[in-house]
Amino acid sequence: MSVLIYIEHAEGHIKKSANEVLTYGTKLAAQMGTSAAGLLLGTVKDNLADLGRFGVTTIHQVSNETLNQLDSQVTAKAIADAATQTGATVIIFSQTPTGKSIASRVAARLKAGLVAGAAALPDTSNGFVVRKTVFSGKAFANISITSAIKVIALNPNSLSAVETTGIATVSPLTLTIDAAKITTTAVNIISGEVPLTEADIVVSGGRGLKGPENWGVLLDLAKVLGAGTACSRPVGDAHWRPHHEHVGQTGVQIAPNLYIALGISGAIQHLAGVNRSKVMVVINKDPEAPFFKAADYGIVGDLFEIVPQMTAEIKKLKGIV
Amino acid sequence: MKILVCISKTPDTTSKIAFKNNQTQFDEAGVQWIINPYDEWFSLVRAIEIKEKDAASIIHLVTVGGADCDPIIRKALALGGDEAFRINAESNDSFYIAAQIAELAKKNGYDIIFTGKEAIDYNSSAIGGMIAELTDLPYISLATLFTLDGSTATITREIEGGEEVASVSLPVVVSCQKGIAEQRIPNMRGIMAARTKPLQVIEPSPIDALTSIVSFELPPAKAGCKMVAADNVPELIRLLHEEAKAF
Ligand SMILES: Cc1cc2nc3c(=O)[nH]c(=O)nc-3n(C[C@H](O)[C@H](O)[C@H](O)COP(=O)(O)OP(=O)(O)OC[C@H]3O[C@@H](n4cnc5c(N)ncnc54)[C@H](O)[C@@H]3O)c2cc1C
Ligand SMILES: Nc1ncnc2c1ncn2[C@@H]1O[C@H](COP(=O)(O)O)[C@@H](O)[C@H]1O
Repeated sequence: MSVLIYIEHAEGHIKKSANEVLTYGTKLAAQMGTSAAGLLLGTVKDNLADLGRFGVTTIHQVSNETLNQLDSQVTAKAIADAATQTGATVIIFSQTPTGKSIASRVAARLKAGLVAGAAALPDTSNGFVVRKTVFSGKAFANISITSAIKVIALNPNSLSAVETTGIATVSPLTLTIDAAKITTTAVNIISGEVPLTEADIVVSGGRGLKGPENWGVLLDLAKVLGAGTACSRPVGDAHWRPHHEHVGQTGVQIAPNLYIALGISGAIQHLAGVNRSKVMVVINKDPEAPFFKAADYGIVGDLFEIVPQMTAEIKKLKGIV
Repeated sequence: MKILVCISKTPDTTSKIAFKNNQTQFDEAGVQWIINPYDEWFSLVRAIEIKEKDAASIIHLVTVGGADCDPIIRKALALGGDEAFRINAESNDSFYIAAQIAELAKKNGYDIIFTGKEAIDYNSSAIGGMIAELTDLPYISLATLFTLDGSTATITREIEGGEEVASVSLPVVVSCQKGIAEQRIPNMRGIMAARTKPLQVIEPSPIDALTSIVSFELPPAKAGCKMVAADNVPELIRLLHEEAKAF
């Protein structure tokens, strides 16, 4: 009985979401009176022993280069085999695009109950009950997992990674790895931008910006804040911004610490993608815009006047000239 | 090309989310039911487009649910499915649902199995991966482009901070999202035709659910929006910095 935490990496580096699941898995193991170990498939440039700072004592590594590319079928079998070999009964993933493509496979392979989109640590006082977001963040469901093996995929940004000073032991694991059926032919990382789902701060624009040529004010604000950029659906549909920036019920769902909405009315479908943000700020010229009901801070006014002042003010605060 | 499109019934996106029976059940009062948008707008339309190019293709639809799913599946037939299966069982457990669909898929043998990116009620994004595992097929999630060249599919999928292009030989399971197709509206001819298209109700295979819903909760209400005057932008920044500690 132990907890196994799947560590995602890309381009040779461990992802921020991995720090969160390592923290989560370690806390869960402590709660269950058992141990937690990380699992890394493939190779990275980062020092794996350093991951001990999130509380794990062991990192199992299967350093097979072919695992650096994702074929969910191959990866899921490797994870399930690793879980069996190490005696893991709870397996933790991050509910990221990568996690979504493998956690479900691992669960089905091991006949393990899955809670995908977990928002908190399980309640293990009576059974095993995990809280997850449902209805696009409008509610939570407490789900009981009744199978012997359990799989949890944790929503990114639902808990902060806690760092201490530990060092983990890296232990090589040998598994039979199948040949991939999927061939990755290109990887296009949108460079120079903060990935939306990992961004701490997101600045988002709606139809109120009037046209793609006006995005400069938004981009300037995002730049001083080191923020990711997002948009409402009509903005994506009109190709004012790339479609991967579209947030909401039918777009990307995000949960940053700070979400700044500029010229977005706050339709229920838009809120469904952003309502897990910790702090929401709305700039809209219409005092009746529904977004104000969901927001934490707001200014009623013309974004073209207000946003440059926000940028200037933050620059002052950060000492940027 | 034999295609299976998985269709789920979800509350309309504007539905009021409330719970009853001591917060253990979703309150369906006044709720409008729709085809899950990812299934209707993206996976089903992409399947129809494939059939429009290759008339020999067959589109099967499947839903796991009770008789209240029939209007939804009829609408999907009106958009362009050929034949539908309703597996007569109610469950919220992803494994149970996926295993039912996998049984059908194994029996009928499909070249492509499409699901939506996620069901907008329980947001698990899990059924596609599970079907793929249970049928031992490759799975590509969150696809934004899907092209076919003979029996090879080239698929663009979302990854963190970008996209990845992959190619794979059929059969394959794919979960679909925005980009892969454009939403369509059913026309009168389709609606008429749907009435006579076969909708077969099949009884579920004996499979154990691995999870169950204990209760629901609504998030605590927000304290309300703190309004700052338009001529006092520095105050907003001060609040964000000092009070909300947001940066
Ligand atoms: C099934 C379904 C799914 C959907 N999914 C999504 C989704 O995932 N994401 C999404 O965003 N939408 C989604 N929508 C659409 C949604 O209902 C809204 O239509 C959309 O969010 C509106 O976008 P908007 O706020 O940019 O535009 P609008 O509603 O047109 O709002 C523009 C706002 O800008 C303000 N404004 C104008 N000029 C200025 C100015 N100079 N300064 C300040 N403010 C100004 C206006 O007061 C207004 O409030 C969906 C709809 C449906 C039916
Ligand atoms: N009850 C169901 N019957 C048929 N297909 C379903 C059902 N539930 C979910 N799906 C399919 O699986 C996709 C992902 O759903 P989920 O994993 O529940 O988020 C949906 O977009 C549907 O295509």
